[in-house]
Amino acid sequence: MHPAPSSYVERAALKNYLLDHAYDEMFIGPGNLHPHCRELLEHFISLPLDELKRRKQAADLSFLNQGITFAVYGREEGTEKIFPYDLVPRIITADEWETVELGLTQRITALNLFLKDIYNEGRILADGIVPREMVYTCKHYRRQMAGLQVPRNVYVAVCGTDLIRLQSGEFVVLEDNLRVPSGVSYMLTNRRVMKRIFPELFRNYNVRPIEQYTQILLGSLRSLAPEGRPEPNIVLLSPGVFNSAYFEHAYLARQMGIELVEGRDLVTHDNIVYMRTTNGLRRVDVIYRRVDDDFIDPLAFRGDSVLGVAGLFNAYRAGNVTLANAFGTGVADDKALYAYVPDIIKYYLSEDPVLNNVETYLPTRPKELQYVLQNLDKLVVKAVGESGGYGMLIGPQSTKAQQEEFAQKIQADPRNYIAQPTISFSRAPCLIGDELEPRHVDLRPYILFGDKVTIVPGGLTRVALNRGSLVVNSSQGGGSKDTWVLSR
Amino acid sequence: MLSRVADSLYWMSRYLERAEHTTRLLDVNLNLMLDETPASAERRWQRALQALNRPKDTEWTGEPYSLTQALTFDTENKASILSCIIAARENARQVREQISTEQWHRLNSLYLQVTRPELQIERQAEDFAKGISSPSDFLQSVLEAVHQFQGVTDSTMNHGEGWQFIQVGRYLERASATALLLEAYHADLWEHPELIGEGYEYIDWMGLLRSATAFEAYCKVYTADLTPKHIFEFLLLNEEFPHSIRFSIDSVGNALEKIQGDSGKSRAMALQRLSGRLKASLSYSSVDEVLNQDVVGYLESIQSQCRAIHTTIYELYVDYSIQTALAG
Repeated sequence: MHPAPSSYVERAALKNYLLDHAYDEMFIGPGNLHPHCRELLEHFISLPLDELKRRKQAADLSFLNQGITFAVYGREEGTEKIFPYDLVPRIITADEWETVELGLTQRITALNLFLKDIYNEGRILADGIVPREMVYTCKHYRRQMAGLQVPRNVYVAVCGTDLIRLQSGEFVVLEDNLRVPSGVSYMLTNRRVMKRIFPELFRNYNVRPIEQYTQILLGSLRSLAPEGRPEPNIVLLSPGVFNSAYFEHAYLARQMGIELVEGRDLVTHDNIVYMRTTNGLRRVDVIYRRVDDDFIDPLAFRGDSVLGVAGLFNAYRAGNVTLANAFGTGVADDKALYAYVPDIIKYYLSEDPVLNNVETYLPTRPKELQYVLQNLDKLVVKAVGESGGYGMLIGPQSTKAQQEEFAQKIQADPRNYIAQPTISFSRAPCLIGDELEPRHVDLRPYILFGDKVTIVPGGLTRVALNRGSLVVNSSQGGGSKDTWVLSR
Repeated sequence: MLSRVADSLYWMSRYLERAEHTTRLLDVNLNLMLDETPASAERRWQRALQALNRPKDTEWTGEPYSLTQALTFDTENKASILSCIIAARENARQVREQISTEQWHRLNSLYLQVTRPELQIERQAEDFAKGISSPSDFLQSVLEAVHQFQGVTDSTMNHGEGWQFIQVGRYLERASATALLLEAYHADLWEHPELIGEGYEYIDWMGLLRSATAFEAYCKVYTADLTPKHIFEFLLLNEEFPHSIRFSIDSVGNALEKIQGDSGKSRAMALQRLSGRLKASLSYSSVDEVLNQDVVGYLESIQSQCRAIHTTIYELYVDYSIQTALAG
């Protein structure tokens, strides 16, 4: 590791800023800043420490007062925490964003075609591009969706794709989230707070706005309404106040001006979905649902769910209500299927992927299984069905016993695991205590798909706030920071 | 409006009103206690407990500060101020997108003020019990916060259906609480004037007025001449004082009418009848008529009518069956 750039090193705030092989979002190398970060750094260094702390406190208080919190599972019930927030914005240039936008549009288009295909003709399976068993063994595959027409053939109306940067600075896709991606409210509130506490900095950069997100989301949802419903009643279905993302559900519903409903607010009768109002029952046309497939209809899926609406799936099948996202989209963000996405893009669009995948080994392929078992100390192993940073083995940070345990698990159920090289993804400066220190970050832009694909310029930059940690999930010590996409 | 939302707004409002009432009652009694003998203190606190409907597991043990502490901070006790604030905030959280940001901020700050940091509260609670710090500052700050919340509610929220449900919750709670308060004073002070210590009569009746923030308003109408009959008339039948039972029931009736107008229910007949009958009985009664009959029975009948209104609201707007809704 090298200490931070020479001309800045004597500045107290940077004395712990270390660079190594990982890409740094601020420094090209010792003594060398990315040009677009110069003003940002100058500004931060010029502010007295007290002032920085004061602004940080103002930001924290603002989050707490607004109730921008998430619930942590497995602890005392009702525990609310603020989502930790870092003051230093992460900057993405116009050129970089152009590539990201192009690549994500291509990816969602292809994945959407893939979903339509596997739930209908199944050409890609017949042509042997994706193995049938890969699809049919996925626990998110919903046979109930087979042969069903969805409005505009849009399965994925809202997608959050996790990107990371390699050492070269290239953005690659780490994971697609095609079921109920969350976090967009943090993207929006981070920006609001940032504008309030650093107006002078904000003004000097040409940052593209993101506040139109909720309006575009509403437009996308409206465009997916069932036919013959010109004034659709759109609602947001939330599991309720104990869900970790409840703040976000309430926030989005309020910003869009639509009702926030829970399962107990909805009833079905003759395949029509209604909500219970003080004025009797009112028909519902589009449901932006933030409840997982499994829990959404106790008749069609998990019978023990109390969050869902009995009969919802039949109403959906009858075409009387639209759900966004559709059921069964999880088959396309399966961690093992991920390895096939480049082929899926080529198959449907006859194009090369603009954004690459992280190299991925599938234990279902015998050769790769051998490789994985021999290199457990170097690889990251992920359980296909887990998310939120759980069920992972990070090879270089693991003990022999843990590696042994995973070796057995992988052999017992190869379909349930994937392995990837340990990537030291990029780091960005964060204000830790009194100093700027580099921390690993990823980027989750949000892609909206209604009558067309729209990506709001920005996203949620998640930060692994623990030194050296690669896990950015909020449940495991992650935080976030504002993400600035510059205009030309 | 979603039935669940109406339900949450109604209870948010009721719980806050309850917290305000308990807070004020404690504050008034702690203050008056300083002026009297230990013997009359016991009677006063028993009466206060009666006015709060004898919350479960709270008994008078001769220690005003520990009683205050239990009624303020004990979250095991569902009637404590803290429990009510937590419940109000929990209801607000469930309809976070229905209330204004200002409302949420005000209520959430109150919640954070009374629940966090835990250490501060514990210390405060201990000091309470020992009588070291005056609980009055704390109680005052709760009252202020609740008043601010009401102001913000009136000035930042649409005065639509949701706001009307907030009114119904507040005034229905207020009407029952005031009836209970009058009942407690009647059963004790009115029926047994001989037990009042020499020279303490004035203080006791003033306590009743102040428990309903009515002292100044009363004086404007009847001057500082405190007579039990006038006090009853004022708290029961005054048309213009916002804490009187009549004012509260009028407000409930008005809000219900607006709600019926908005939702155009013809099935609302039963509800209209209930609230109209209570309203008429308060509008056209004279205090002499009331005092010549079984007063406690009369006050209890007001409370049971309030409960009936509550139940009918639920049957009509919240808990209806799908069959009735589809048929209607």
